[in-house]
Amino acid sequence: MVNFSPSEEQELLRQTLASFSRDVLRPHLRESDEKNFVPAEIPPKAWELGLVQESLPESVGGFGGTRSALSGVLAIEELAYGGLGLGLHVLAPRLVTVPLLAVGTEEQKTQWLPKFAGTEFVAGTAAITEPRWDFDAANPATRAEHAGGDWVLNGIKCYVPLAQDAAVILVYAATPEGLGAFLVEPGAKGVTIGEREKMMGVKALDTYRVILDGVRVPASARLGGDGADLVPLLDAMRVASAAAAVGVGRAAYDYSREYAKERKAFGQAIAQKQAIAFMLSNMAIEIDAMRLLAWEAAWRLDKGLPATREACLARRYAADQVLKIADNALQVLGGHGYIRDHLVELFLRDARAFAIVDGLAIV
Amino acid sequence: MIDFELSDQTRNARKMTHMVAEQMMRPISRHCDENEHEKPWDFINAMWNVSKSTSMTGSSNDGKSKEAKEEKKAEGRTLAMVMAVEELCWGDVGLYLSIPNPGLGGAAVAAAGTPEQKERFLARFKGDKPTWGAMAITEPSAGSDSAAIQATARREGDHWVLNGTKIFCTSGLMAAEKSEGFVVVWASLDRSAGRGGIRAFVVDAGTPGMYVTKVEEKLGIRASDTATIVLEDCKVPLDNILGSAEIPKEKSSQGFKGVMATFDATRPIVAASALGVARAALDFTRDTLKEHGIEVRYGAPPQTLTVLERDFMEMEAQVQAARLLTWRAAWMIDQGIKNNLEASMCKAKAGLVVTWVTQKAVELLGPLGYSREHLVEKWMRDAKISDIYEGTQQINQLIIARRILGYSSEALR
Repeated sequence: MVNFSPSEEQELLRQTLASFSRDVLRPHLRESDEKNFVPAEIPPKAWELGLVQESLPESVGGFGGTRSALSGVLAIEELAYGGLGLGLHVLAPRLVTVPLLAVGTEEQKTQWLPKFAGTEFVAGTAAITEPRWDFDAANPATRAEHAGGDWVLNGIKCYVPLAQDAAVILVYAATPEGLGAFLVEPGAKGVTIGEREKMMGVKALDTYRVILDGVRVPASARLGGDGADLVPLLDAMRVASAAAAVGVGRAAYDYSREYAKERKAFGQAIAQKQAIAFMLSNMAIEIDAMRLLAWEAAWRLDKGLPATREACLARRYAADQVLKIADNALQVLGGHGYIRDHLVELFLRDARAFAIVDGLAIV
Repeated sequence: MIDFELSDQTRNARKMTHMVAEQMMRPISRHCDENEHEKPWDFINAMWNVSKSTSMTGSSNDGKSKEAKEEKKAEGRTLAMVMAVEELCWGDVGLYLSIPNPGLGGAAVAAAGTPEQKERFLARFKGDKPTWGAMAITEPSAGSDSAAIQATARREGDHWVLNGTKIFCTSGLMAAEKSEGFVVVWASLDRSAGRGGIRAFVVDAGTPGMYVTKVEEKLGIRASDTATIVLEDCKVPLDNILGSAEIPKEKSSQGFKGVMATFDATRPIVAASALGVARAALDFTRDTLKEHGIEVRYGAPPQTLTVLERDFMEMEAQVQAARLLTWRAAWMIDQGIKNNLEASMCKAKAGLVVTWVTQKAVELLGPLGYSREHLVEKWMRDAKISDIYEGTQQINQLIIARRILGYSSEALR
């Protein structure tokens, strides 16, 4: 039965993360962008919230909750609202744990999940995007070939978050039988972690190029053993991207709306001019529209329904709208919006990422 | 718990409504567009018989919320109606508007009438002959600014005497002259009291002094009549006023706001009608592309998509965004949550989306789109009104802006 209200549990999660976002992430947002780093106190504080451990089974030391894409969407929106790069950093281990939970073998779960159920933040990540104009997540240029009983991986990945510190990297690669993913340790022979990527936005987030040159991994390193349907995982990343865009869009909207109510021109607040007020009303409509599309796609994932169409539409829509919203938010501030004293130029740079970079988070 | 699963009941109702749209509306859609003032009586009579047994024809709000509480397992009645209206308007929005029912006038009676008035005015919709209700607000020099209406009502003994000219009255001809229906006329008791002086009066069909002087010729929705109604010393009984006749001493717009609240309930319905037209265009475009071997590759790398695929995906996403906003606004009504902001949001979004999507469909289909042999060009013409009636795009933006900024109508004009 159609229902638009989050459950009590989801609402509690949302509120908790909203406060965290406001009190812990946002105060560091500007500095983290300027200095290209995540302040050391943030990951431990985020770890205490249990974002990663929550859905891990008690048998591996987790909290025993169930993975829910919808809860993931609510969480990502709130964290991205505080700061996109900061939020993606603390969520990065889920790029490993969520796929393991979804399709990992028992052996893989036993091997890797306890590492992400401890008392301290442990970095984990996934290598998806490739530096190619026609990069196709479902059919990457990175190849995995059979070699005896093992696999040999070759290819170049980019924008891999936290690769330098990750306990394990889930590398997506094309096998002769279709898309696969492989649990690769960063220290494995043939793995080179390149220099930190220099991006236009999302600067707080450490991302790296990862080069795989004849990396040999055992058959047991393939996610799901003999292989698994990874399409729902790709969809879950698209939905995560849409949800993060909602957070950034809302951040830009709130910032410009409050500014417009304060800023006076011709004897009244500029928000009292329809030219400004209508920019804001359109932002409000689109933020809700983006959010509902993301919710619907996440709901389909939780139901186990095919969600590629919905996830792709939600992601595309969100990527388009967040850019317009951030651009208009900057316009509302006029010249001040262009100055780094204000956050809107940062939101605009962050917003630009959504249509381009994929696979930075998963629900 | 966030959920997008339709109940079986809603799903079945939707299927049945779709059959009506496909089998009863589509076949006469073009004919009714090209023969503007001809009434499709077979369709009207058939719909009258259907609507007496079910509530699927979008007869707005008859003020019964009891049902909603009883149907725990199904969508509430507003949400169910929104879905039914989308289906019917997928068939033909002009025909949907011409379906005999209490209409907006009925919505006003349901929202602001006493139990006695509801009984007196709404019982007629259970009779044997097709009956229409209509609402008369707009005047030649007062559209969105409905507080500026000039029609007057003055008391004379045991009657109200109405004078004025009303335009753009949907189903006005059918409600005022061609059935035993009624027209809800907005008029001012005291023009010096501004909004506070405006009241709605129910004028029964055939009341002396009420004339239909013109039926408009329009760009689209031609199956629906849009009438000019003139009131010349039109006398209506005292108890035909909706709400109190007293004008508050201090300047207050409470009464006016009460009537305006009707729009919170009707805007999601209008948004749903826009969705139906948009989906018609979307479905036709998808089918035509499929016939030519073109299927949209959703998961493909964005840089490798064709312009056609990108456009189509954008159209689909826009329609679904508008649909979810509309469902939410309707769901809020069923939950008893105030939805003034969300009702305007869905109406503004759906009005814009249907206008754009149908124009885009004409473009994508090229000569097929522009040809009157197909319905796409008609849908484009039908679509435009969605961004105008029940509050224009701009009026809805204004309402949204005031809400999100916490501004009164004085602070943001």
